[in-house]
Amino acid sequence: MSYADAIHAVVQLSYVVATVLFVFSLHWMNDPKTAGRAVSAGVAAMALAVVATWIQPEVAHHLWIVVAIVAGFAVGVPLSRVPLTAVPQRTALSHAFGGLAAGLVGSAEYFMWLQRDPSHLSQFRMCAIVAEVILGFVTFTGSLMAAGKLQEIKWIPQRPVTYPLQNVGNIGLLALAAVLGLVLVLYPAEPWSAAAFALIIVMAISFGVLLIIPIGGADMPTVISILNAYAGLSAVAMGFVLDNKLLITAGALDGSSGLILSIIMCKAMNRSFANVLFGAFGQTQAVQGEAGQGVYKAETVEGAAQMLEMASLVVIIPGYGMAVAQAQHKVRELYDQLRQRGIAVKFAIHPVAGRMPGHMNVLLAEADIPYTDLLEMDEINSDMPQADVALVIGANDVVNPAARHDKSSPIFGMPIIDADKAKTVLAIKRSKSPGFAGIDNELYFDDKTWMLFGDAKNVVGELVKQLSGPSGMH
Amino acid sequence: MAAIGLTAALVFAAAAWAEAPAVDGAIVDTAPLAGTALDTADTAAAHAPSLDYWSMVFVFLLATFVGLGVIRRVSRLLYTPLMSLTNAISAIAVVGAILVTGGEDHPLAIRMMGAVALFASMTNIVSGFLITNRMLGMFKTNRPGGGGQA
Repeated sequence: MSYADAIHAVVQLSYVVATVLFVFSLHWMNDPKTAGRAVSAGVAAMALAVVATWIQPEVAHHLWIVVAIVAGFAVGVPLSRVPLTAVPQRTALSHAFGGLAAGLVGSAEYFMWLQRDPSHLSQFRMCAIVAEVILGFVTFTGSLMAAGKLQEIKWIPQRPVTYPLQNVGNIGLLALAAVLGLVLVLYPAEPWSAAAFALIIVMAISFGVLLIIPIGGADMPTVISILNAYAGLSAVAMGFVLDNKLLITAGALDGSSGLILSIIMCKAMNRSFANVLFGAFGQTQAVQGEAGQGVYKAETVEGAAQMLEMASLVVIIPGYGMAVAQAQHKVRELYDQLRQRGIAVKFAIHPVAGRMPGHMNVLLAEADIPYTDLLEMDEINSDMPQADVALVIGANDVVNPAARHDKSSPIFGMPIIDADKAKTVLAIKRSKSPGFAGIDNELYFDDKTWMLFGDAKNVVGELVKQLSGPSGMH
Repeated sequence: MAAIGLTAALVFAAAAWAEAPAVDGAIVDTAPLAGTALDTADTAAAHAPSLDYWSMVFVFLLATFVGLGVIRRVSRLLYTPLMSLTNAISAIAVVGAILVTGGEDHPLAIRMMGAVALFASMTNIVSGFLITNRMLGMFKTNRPGGGGQA
């Protein structure tokens, strides 16, 4: 066996081991108890993959690799320390980085082979390159836009923006890029091919931006999941281009993860992919917004504290408002106060509460609330009639009963947490304006609902103060 | 849900079909298999170093099914860390970036593109694993004094 053969064997063996470790890494995520191992396995797999690739004889220049890796650490470490409320935008940003990497590698491979030896640009490989570049750059700009919306950057509109012929234009652009890609598959090395390739890149970059413009905050959990799947698929395409099975397997694992999360998010909103991407959710309703249809009953903090004290089961329903106000630590104090009085406290988590899948769980876990008290919508709904108080903290659409019966509502058919079936409802809300989706919530006008207006953190803090006051209220 | 994965696989399978005549046995370990299937095909385009398309399509398809099976069992509590973990895993693009950046006789501009891609992937690897670890450390059970997973 020659030296090159030996290296080849070592590299392939490392890739096989890395694949196994990646699968185990994801497998261990099935329980918080084993999840610690998931990261170790992932790190080991990635380290193995990097080293195995680096020792190959065709990697001859090392300086730039070292510089890029050091720079990656320099940026990556601070990015991992962001506050947990900023995790959705960090996630979107890292999808953008993933897309950029795939797009750049695909472009680099194409131009290199074009220059040197166009016979490498077989039809299969061109298919893969075109897929990689389109997916990569769409993910890049799409995720950047999503991150900008989540970060609430001023010049990126938060609300869905629509204009005439938007969908026709967007789909047309994508179709045009695909057709151009097909032409390149057939004629990869004509004098005009490089220009056509560059045009595909420009189209993909524009499509990414245009795709996210009409999408509002309430749809972000789904959009982030879809972009996650795209990032994985672009890695798969890179694997096809480079004939590298590790890229294909790891990318497929990531792609299936994004796919499953997107499907769960879509089901949780009773909507289809197409509807999320092209539906411009909330746009029509936003206009009529403030009109209102009934009368809110406002409650004082003292009164609310009394209601909570007399309860034996309190279900807390958190939403994006809790994340924005960073109220999770105050919520934990409230949880402690109630538990001290022997009151059972559970959290009802809607799959799309917050701005990304699992957002609420992470925030509450950060506040040291045991995960055994975090219940999914379908686990808690049967218990809702027994709840004495449903405390809604900054959630809106996920508790709107209009989803059950109002066919004209944009959220009709979406499964909701049955807050209205509790004996009383306390709702903490930042202002009297409608939620992110721009829809009035009839729960707030219900007879048994009392509203607490104000910033979630302040209101919950006040409640805690009342409950912990000198020897309690009564 | 598998339908989407299947469609993607079929697209690549179709592309592989179109390319089938180019398979010439350059890939040693699977060539006999591919060869028997394609013996009848004409090998006109065989001058280009070929790829083993079919086995790649197989790998993609099987990996997708493994992924669907594994991810379906992931605890719903952990979807946010799952996403940051898969972020880090999809930064496996680092492999392609290293090959492009370090390539022996790659032109300067190509290597620069590779270096940017390598930087982007490395950022994802580092921040993805670190933040996943940080978030997972927060999930604790009822036991007083914390005591989540190691």
